[in-house]
Amino acid sequence: MIELSHHLIVLPILIPLITGAVLLFIADRQRVLKALVSLTGTVALAAVALLLIGIVASENSFDGVYLLGNWASPFGIVLVIDKLSALMVALTAIMAVPVLAFSLARWHSAGAHFHSLYQFLLMGLNGAFLTGDLFNLFVFFEVMLAASYGLLLHGSGPLRVKAGMHYIAVNLAAALLFLIGVSLIYGTAGTLNMADLAARIPTIEPDRRMLMEAGAAVLGVAFLTKAGMWPLCFWLPSAYSVAAAPVAAIFTLMSKVGIYIILRLTTLLFSEGPSAGFGSDVLLYGGMATLAFGTIGVLASQALGRIGAYSVLVSSGTLLAVIGLDDSAAISGGLLYLLSSSLTLGAFFMLVELVERGQDAGASVLAVTMEAYGDADDEIPEEGEGVTMPGTLAVLGICFAACAILLSGLPPLSGFVAKFAMLSALIGTGSIGVPPTAPALAVVTLVILGGLATLIALTRAGIRTFWSSIEGTVPRVLVIEIVPVMLILALTAALTVKAGPALAFMEATIRGVTGPQAYIGAVEKTVPLPSWRDLQPSAKGD
Amino acid sequence: MELVLAIAIGIMTSCGVWLILRPRTYQVIIGLSLLSYAVNLFIFGVGGLKSDEPPLLVDGVAIETLTDPVPQALVLTAIVIGFATTALFLVVLLASRGLTGSDHVDGRSDRR
Repeated sequence: MIELSHHLIVLPILIPLITGAVLLFIADRQRVLKALVSLTGTVALAAVALLLIGIVASENSFDGVYLLGNWASPFGIVLVIDKLSALMVALTAIMAVPVLAFSLARWHSAGAHFHSLYQFLLMGLNGAFLTGDLFNLFVFFEVMLAASYGLLLHGSGPLRVKAGMHYIAVNLAAALLFLIGVSLIYGTAGTLNMADLAARIPTIEPDRRMLMEAGAAVLGVAFLTKAGMWPLCFWLPSAYSVAAAPVAAIFTLMSKVGIYIILRLTTLLFSEGPSAGFGSDVLLYGGMATLAFGTIGVLASQALGRIGAYSVLVSSGTLLAVIGLDDSAAISGGLLYLLSSSLTLGAFFMLVELVERGQDAGASVLAVTMEAYGDADDEIPEEGEGVTMPGTLAVLGICFAACAILLSGLPPLSGFVAKFAMLSALIGTGSIGVPPTAPALAVVTLVILGGLATLIALTRAGIRTFWSSIEGTVPRVLVIEIVPVMLILALTAALTVKAGPALAFMEATIRGVTGPQAYIGAVEKTVPLPSWRDLQPSAKGD
Repeated sequence: MELVLAIAIGIMTSCGVWLILRPRTYQVIIGLSLLSYAVNLFIFGVGGLKSDEPPLLVDGVAIETLTDPVPQALVLTAIVIGFATTALFLVVLLASRGLTGSDHVDGRSDRR
């Protein structure tokens, strides 16, 4: 009745959990062993994620509901995998391998328990993507956040501790809002199972509806804080720009968790009934404000790390605005953009650390004075063991240019394809003479301006870094550090070549998400397995 | 009883919000603790207030008289997670105190 492949669904949570737990028992001195175990776990996770996305993509009728503890759906906790969650899990796992490889050069030994925290972060991310239950989502969110607190502080130093403290305080407050939202929804709808909620919300009585919507709004604030929507995003640039390079790279995925949950919950809970379209205006205008704020931030930043952090905001804002517009063709382009921008930003954060290695530690912060008074690069390069990359500056420069092209959305790489898919759907080329709406045009304008600002900022930073500091020290870059960056950039190139199939997959994904009946049906029809003693645990069904 | 609970939640929330807006890390952590107590009570409240009722299904007893067990399970999880994160925040607070020599949230040493 149940094939072995069905258990693949729970593996993206179990593999990091077990790997992380095993790693706790290996002393920090045994660095090579730790690194091997961690890398094995992450590669296994990537294999499972690819297998899952293969299964989900090929079979339309894949039974993607996993009953944890074998309880029937509204009573027990379920994991649900559909195309969207499989896509996010695959993105996480594929990003995780190069980022981990990058950290093996030096960062993993900069503090205690890096590998365990990293694995627990992956577990939290995967759990948040896979869960089909609001409270379980809270638990995985907290697992992810607890690991991220440790990772943000990894490497220590006054700047990290200060940013870490703000980050923890903001996220603890957001977690409390999360709880308030969840309990309001439970109090009004009487369930926390996402499929069950989707089925019940259209029929909720009007006197309770307002409370339920208030709960959903409070819940939304918690997710939007994570995604970095404009008035809630002031913690993000300082946290992301001081985090250790591999940590910042994996953090870009964390802001995508907020986006994923917003997309999942709005399509599932508010697609029909009297509450249809609830909150979409907030997403649209909030997304536009975020986009504008991120654009200004990118232009105003001197340090490369801050440009990266504000680019995270630009990416979040674009996605939120597109979700708020509720145009399925645009959202499928948006998913491609999500994939492309997460990969790029991950590569960018790692690259920034390599590029800035050759510079004075405080130089980037004081770049204005540096430009005014000339460079003073007398930093002694730090020692690390391993093979040095030949032709370092050329390779770094090419990678930097690729990142700039990807982030600003110029052809020929995937950033362009994704933005094109998104914008052409918004402008409405191809559809029968329907003029684009004013909000859609505003979003299009902002996205294009954001791309232009990113291009200007990165060109300026690139000129300063690679051309005007020729007498500066050439950073000593190891092969194991630059190869992961090149690998991620190669993935975006592959995404460009395979843009057609990728976009078709995204369209299928969005079709699966916007019709919540399939999701609800899949969860409701899944019955527990009969126990081995033939005691039917809950045969009541309805 | 509803009124007492509502007033208690309200007082704790307002104290908590005021405290997390203060500049000292100790005040922030006390504020966060107060807020989490308020939220825990709130979660209890959404299940409906009943005293001396078991959260168990018993034959012959109407469901309406029973306590809802789900908020209790939720609140237990929330308490555990809240403890863990508060403890972690305390460690960061001490680290920040050690690095900056001040308990200001921005590491500044000036008073006010």
